[in-house]
Amino acid sequence: MAGKNIVVLTDDNFEKEVLQSDIPVIVDFWATWCMPCKMFAPTFEQVANEYEGKAKFGKLDTDANPKTSMEYGIRSIPTVAYFKNGEKPKATIGMLSKPDLKKAVDNLL
Amino acid sequence: MGYMRGEKIMYDVIIIGKGPAGISASLYTARAGLKTLVIGGYSDLSKGHSIDNYYGFDSGISGEELIIRGEKQVKRFGTDIIGDMVIALEYEDNGFYKVKTKNSVYDAKAVLLATGSNKKKIKINNIQKFEGKGVHYCTTCDGYFYRGKKVALLGYNEYALNELEDMKQFTPYVSILTNGMEPVVDFGEIEIITKKIKSLEGDEYLDKVVYEDGQYDEFDGIFVAYGTASSADFARKLGVIINGNIIGVDEDQKTNIQGLFAAGDCSSSIKQVATAVGQGCVAGMKIIEYVRNLGR
Repeated sequence: MAGKNIVVLTDDNFEKEVLQSDIPVIVDFWATWCMPCKMFAPTFEQVANEYEGKAKFGKLDTDANPKTSMEYGIRSIPTVAYFKNGEKPKATIGMLSKPDLKKAVDNLL
Repeated sequence: MGYMRGEKIMYDVIIIGKGPAGISASLYTARAGLKTLVIGGYSDLSKGHSIDNYYGFDSGISGEELIIRGEKQVKRFGTDIIGDMVIALEYEDNGFYKVKTKNSVYDAKAVLLATGSNKKKIKINNIQKFEGKGVHYCTTCDGYFYRGKKVALLGYNEYALNELEDMKQFTPYVSILTNGMEPVVDFGEIEIITKKIKSLEGDEYLDKVVYEDGQYDEFDGIFVAYGTASSADFARKLGVIINGNIIGVDEDQKTNIQGLFAAGDCSSSIKQVATAVGQGCVAGMKIIEYVRNLGR
């Protein structure tokens, strides 16, 4: 379940919600069967709440949305990708602590 | 405090690793009446010729002697100690843990990771460059992205065999790369390459494995399950925060996952017997608190 500050991303809305977004977007690529992804979810949600209005936070289920996952070469989850102005994103692979995620978001802003 | 679930014993706590951190923790948990199992093989401490900086031993003590005394001490309080190799740790929906070893499977309400530091990390040129981009450490997490692809599993023992079973769910095209080791288990009908690996090559993603003899094989991905699984290996697969190779814990030796603790060299930058014993003590006491609160 996504929190109030988390956008549920899909192959269909990715272009509009991420690439055409006016503010930077942080995307968590995850899957239901991925244990580290489940453990990472609360951290992602907390940081999303802290950056409300400054950046958009979205989650994309790689299982249900293979097109976008393949397009960005996702082979390991959780992967967090950092989008700004529709440019090719930077990414971090694996679990992140809250301070590390915040640092990555601050670098993007 | 242990109870039977079917034929099997549910342990209050399973401690993976029988060095000073694990044994020290079990001293507290067993003495408090918790059904405690310690699983481990060889401890690095046994190589210590003479430990001169541990409190109370004015003429020093050998690592081996310290281990023997520690084990004897905790057995007195009812700790079960098993010499076995842990190959997988799973967190179950009921909040308990399943510990798979070479020879058996055990259940526990809490787990302490205390396998020491992972010094045997495999060294192959470019292995870090392709992490997450062709080099992976978790078949259950990342195997999905290699459905029907050609992959290699780097390993030679029970740990690799366990990962192979997971990997086969995703693709039949799996080869075993032993990097110069002789396989110690029967991998079945599968290609086994025992040549030493020189480097991994590719642009952004892994393309091929180059051997020391100059030959190469192309693979879409490599899954590493080499040697004995370390605490960091188990932790990573469960979603524990790891900094470098050190498992992230709070002042209570708790990881970010409920019921999972870590102590000693695997969770500390200072790698001393005294700190391992101290952290084992803290972990033991906090595990007692955790298990008792579960029953409320």
